[in-house]
Amino acid sequence: MKRFLYELSESGKIAVAQMRLNMTRSTLTALGVIIGIVAVTLMGTAIGGIQVGFDKSMSIFGDDVLYVGQWPWKNVDDWWNYRDRKKIKTEYADALNRMIAMTSNSNLTIAIPTSSVVRSVKYADNEVNNVLIRGTVSDYIITSTFDFKEGRFFNELESRGGANVCVVGYDVADALFPSASPIDKSVLINGQPFKIVGVISRQGSFLGLFSLDAIVVMPLPAFQKYFTAKSEAEVLVKVKDKTKLADAKDELAGLMRRVRGLPPEKRDDFSINEQQALKSTLDPIKNSIAIAGLFITGLSLFVGAIGIMNITFVSVKERTKEIGTRKALGARRRTILLQFLIESTALCLLGGFIGLSFSFLMCFLIGAAFPSFPIQFSSGLVLISMLVSVLTGLVSGFAPAWSASRLDPVTALRYE
Amino acid sequence: MSMDTRDSLRAVGRVVIDIQNITKDYVMGQETVRALRGVSLQIHRNEYIAIMGPSGSGKSTLMNMLGCLDTPTSGHYEFNGKNVAEMNDDELAAIRNREIGFVFQTFNLLPRSTSLRNVELPLIYAGIDPETRGERATQVLADVGLSDRIHHKPNELSGGQRQRVAVARALVNKPSIILADEPTGNLDSKTGEEIMALFEDLYQRGNTIILVTHERDIAAHARRTVRLRDGLIESDETGFVPALESMAAS
Repeated sequence: MKRFLYELSESGKIAVAQMRLNMTRSTLTALGVIIGIVAVTLMGTAIGGIQVGFDKSMSIFGDDVLYVGQWPWKNVDDWWNYRDRKKIKTEYADALNRMIAMTSNSNLTIAIPTSSVVRSVKYADNEVNNVLIRGTVSDYIITSTFDFKEGRFFNELESRGGANVCVVGYDVADALFPSASPIDKSVLINGQPFKIVGVISRQGSFLGLFSLDAIVVMPLPAFQKYFTAKSEAEVLVKVKDKTKLADAKDELAGLMRRVRGLPPEKRDDFSINEQQALKSTLDPIKNSIAIAGLFITGLSLFVGAIGIMNITFVSVKERTKEIGTRKALGARRRTILLQFLIESTALCLLGGFIGLSFSFLMCFLIGAAFPSFPIQFSSGLVLISMLVSVLTGLVSGFAPAWSASRLDPVTALRYE
Repeated sequence: MSMDTRDSLRAVGRVVIDIQNITKDYVMGQETVRALRGVSLQIHRNEYIAIMGPSGSGKSTLMNMLGCLDTPTSGHYEFNGKNVAEMNDDELAAIRNREIGFVFQTFNLLPRSTSLRNVELPLIYAGIDPETRGERATQVLADVGLSDRIHHKPNELSGGQRQRVAVARALVNKPSIILADEPTGNLDSKTGEEIMALFEDLYQRGNTIILVTHERDIAAHARRTVRLRDGLIESDETGFVPALESMAAS
């Protein structure tokens, strides 16, 4: 055991000396490994970043809320089966609430009607395009997780009366009122004035791609008065106990079937969505990044491994006489094997280290250039790349190291 | 103690190497070359023996056998009572490491390592701890007169100094035999004589030395001369006579 350690440290020293002696050769040889490690770390960073960004964005959708809509929140192959479904109506919320009230031990608390369109919002000379305009009731606040930067949500009176009031998202407020407070100012949507009563604090963007702060929320009656065309309704249902989400979903499906008057043999003509379902829509994206990343990583590591194998063969050839001398001095086969394995591994670790520094730098630059894009450089990635480097070194070094260890000492000593 | 009594004591010394009827065949394409055709030889502790012979005589093959670098095709080889012919590679490596000190014609030092690290190498393979390694290597380098060249690399040393480092490396594990293959072959005659003086000194201090050479003057330093021809021992003489002759001639 002690001898093994001494031989190990001796081999380490030789490896470092060899690399320093052939610096250019070593770095060029390690290029494949460098590219491989850059690919694997950038892939990991992208996947990690998307996950983190997604989780952050998800938190605004409550995890105790079910969403009744025409479409499921996932990619469907048979979209034609969903296209012809009956539209969801905001009135369903009232029907659902009545049924919930009549059910003892219901898993559901309240149903909230919403209806949304996309419009632009104006104030004086400023205009914001592509704002989500949503009509709902004052209880909407129960199903949401947002806070207010200023002001309040509209109250029940305003909600029922359909007053021309609204609550605006951070981006809308920021764009239209860069310096002043937006409270009590009136914005124009579809030519209609709406008085701002509250500003929602910043929610951030979904994966840094589109903002969740470009939103205006107003009482449903007011919304229905001006924005019926192309609006899409959705009913939000809050669940009593989020650990019984599945039960709640079943109950809600039953209630919706009653609302729609579906006979038992017909399938659901609506979709009940939850936050969890959105996560699964992310999997294909993550998978395709992983596949592309793994492909590039695998390819470059393969090329890198062959390069390292080649250079280790060269090294063995160059130092045949040295191997003979070492054998004459008492180096056993495994000592020689170890020596060249460590040399190839050290070469790969050098590549891994350079690759890691490179991707770290790239992540830093991307982070600096696009602050909103989530970048996640984890210690796990460092560990994985080092592990991958060591493995590549061992695999690529094995054949030449084996051939070195099997050299006949007499032949090796005579080699010139 | 006079030289004669020392020599007579040596004659009854323990047998280090005992080879009986060794043969070695090499297959070269279609042909089989019979490098050794049945060689028997006994070498005792603290002998100084030269193995001579023209090229192709089987001299190198015999040296490789003696150095446990190769195993015979047939015959019996005992090293310190252990049967070498049946050893596997690792056991042979252990014998080479502990029992045999090699000195090569071309020195075979590691070019980028200092004298000290070169001499330490067999100790590393023997599993000696770093502290003892350093002490022993330094001591042996001092013994061969290189105290002031410990941290020099081979290319900073003269040929004679390099061979001294190689001798120190051969000695460092206190081997049973020192096996020197044409140790002066790459040196000028003056430096060669210095190295031979070093071997004489080592011999006087009780080491067993096997010298493989084709030069009569070099072989003349040994107390016993074995001549090979065509894979067989041609003669095996004990005595100083050739040495005295060559000294008189020079």
